[in-house]
Amino acid sequence: MKIGIVCPYSWDVPGGVQFHIRDLAEHLIRLGHEVSVLAPADDETPLPPYVVSAGRAVPVPYNGSVARLNFGFLSAARVRRWLHDGTFDVIHIHEPTSPSLGLLACWAAQGPIVATFHTSNPRSRAMVAAYPILQPALEKISARIAVSEYARRTFVEHLGGDAVVIPNGVDVDFFAKAEPKPEWQGETIGFIGRIDEPRKGLPVLMKALPQIFAERPNARLLVAGRGDEDEAVATLPAELRSRVEFLGMVSDEDKARLLRSVDLYVAPNTGGESFGIILVEAMSAGAPVLASDLDAFAQVLDQGAAGDLFGNEDADSLAKAAVRLLADPERREGLRERGSAHVRRFDWSTVGADILAVYETVTDGAASVAEDERSGLRARFGLTRT
Amino acid sequence: MTSTLIWIAVALFAIGLYLSWTAGRLDRLHARIDAARAALDAQLLRRASVAQELATSGVLDPAASIVLYEAAHAARQAEEEQREVAESELSQALRAIFGEIQQVEAVREAPGGDEAATELAAAVRRVPMARRFHNDSVRAARALRRHRKVRWFRLAGHAPFPMAFEMDDEPPVALADRAAS
Repeated sequence: MKIGIVCPYSWDVPGGVQFHIRDLAEHLIRLGHEVSVLAPADDETPLPPYVVSAGRAVPVPYNGSVARLNFGFLSAARVRRWLHDGTFDVIHIHEPTSPSLGLLACWAAQGPIVATFHTSNPRSRAMVAAYPILQPALEKISARIAVSEYARRTFVEHLGGDAVVIPNGVDVDFFAKAEPKPEWQGETIGFIGRIDEPRKGLPVLMKALPQIFAERPNARLLVAGRGDEDEAVATLPAELRSRVEFLGMVSDEDKARLLRSVDLYVAPNTGGESFGIILVEAMSAGAPVLASDLDAFAQVLDQGAAGDLFGNEDADSLAKAAVRLLADPERREGLRERGSAHVRRFDWSTVGADILAVYETVTDGAASVAEDERSGLRARFGLTRT
Repeated sequence: MTSTLIWIAVALFAIGLYLSWTAGRLDRLHARIDAARAALDAQLLRRASVAQELATSGVLDPAASIVLYEAAHAARQAEEEQREVAESELSQALRAIFGEIQQVEAVREAPGGDEAATELAAAVRRVPMARRFHNDSVRAARALRRHRKVRWFRLAGHAPFPMAFEMDDEPPVALADRAAS
């Protein structure tokens, strides 16, 4: 099958959606499909052979933060050329509502279009205003995928219509077979995520830390992620700071080894999560997981069966749950076992098969993807020969 | 005077342009429904065929074979109006027979049974998918067709009002234990 995938965010900036697309593309190529990914990228960045650059993304203020987006005449032309050269059987657009490549591709293409909705943002003001513009583009999508039941629910409420739920994929064995690192072992708590992003919840963990350290005198915290380290520990009493170790940005291999080594992985995210891939990665590596009880997290953790949950933004509840888990090796072993079994459904072999099933369902009885000629003025008056 | 006429002409032209664009949009939605319906048909037929194959293969016990054969046959032969009921009954029959994981394992052990079980698992997973995509396109088309501009100017032409396909498509637990997540 010839598959075109559209990535809305810069390929050179690491992020969940980009990693998902990279893994999906590589999985599909291994299965013998022809895959081309259209992504924003700087001209100098080295790209894997299956990625086509759609030009540099422009940083613009959007939705409360600065987003790097692609739009305008040049990007639209590149999208058209990619569609024309690719002659795809199906195109898979990620995040079609973000005003970037996804929306442009939706606008320019016709035929079997699959879309994955990653975020579950409540409808923004801009989206309400743009709805009449967005709707004609979105209604071309023949199949919608939501990454969790939670994402699907918000999606149905805000945009109408329905979606199938296919979770994000993880290469389970990559994490399960990683080698633990001795210096990261011995009553360690792990946290991975942007330090300076309050949404990721490090401040909540910092608030709970004095209580945890008081009751578990040998416990240590390992933090992997970008951000200002001094600022992160500012709220912590000085004598405890030595028990927090910052690892900075870690490679994929080190991330897997970290998750294999820790005795407890804590995900104190406070909101804005629609899936929780890091929980799946932690479970793949056999780390017992303690996470805030966000809808999306509760679902990934099988409502608390595959990992423990604590009240969101409740540092006290987090501290108690962490102390209880650290003191109870049997409970941790139980979580390890159930987590490893539960996580199989997120393995690429399963997730990839489901995504392929969606591709095959929409291509059954449909022509291949083509440029949407009808959006041309001349075509509307019947002046083109088609 | 002339300028008023020109303005009226421009306005009419703009309205005409908008209506023609909307008609194009509606046309595309109808094409999407047709494709989704064809895909749903294909998946339903595939499911019924695998079920019938299994029923006649002698892998299942005679009672289960008869129940499954009946349901699969009825689903394949059903008239358009009875289709939703017949397909729902096939779902129920499949759930009754493949409710236990042991039954699925028994099928897998039989010669050629592994492929049959895999095909059936794929089919029961894809039917709900195809149905969801179909009903989603129906919903989009209906939303547009209910709009004033479409009703007043009869932009939908003679195309029948699209109907959703309602059926019980819950897959058997033993065949789709991962689908719950």
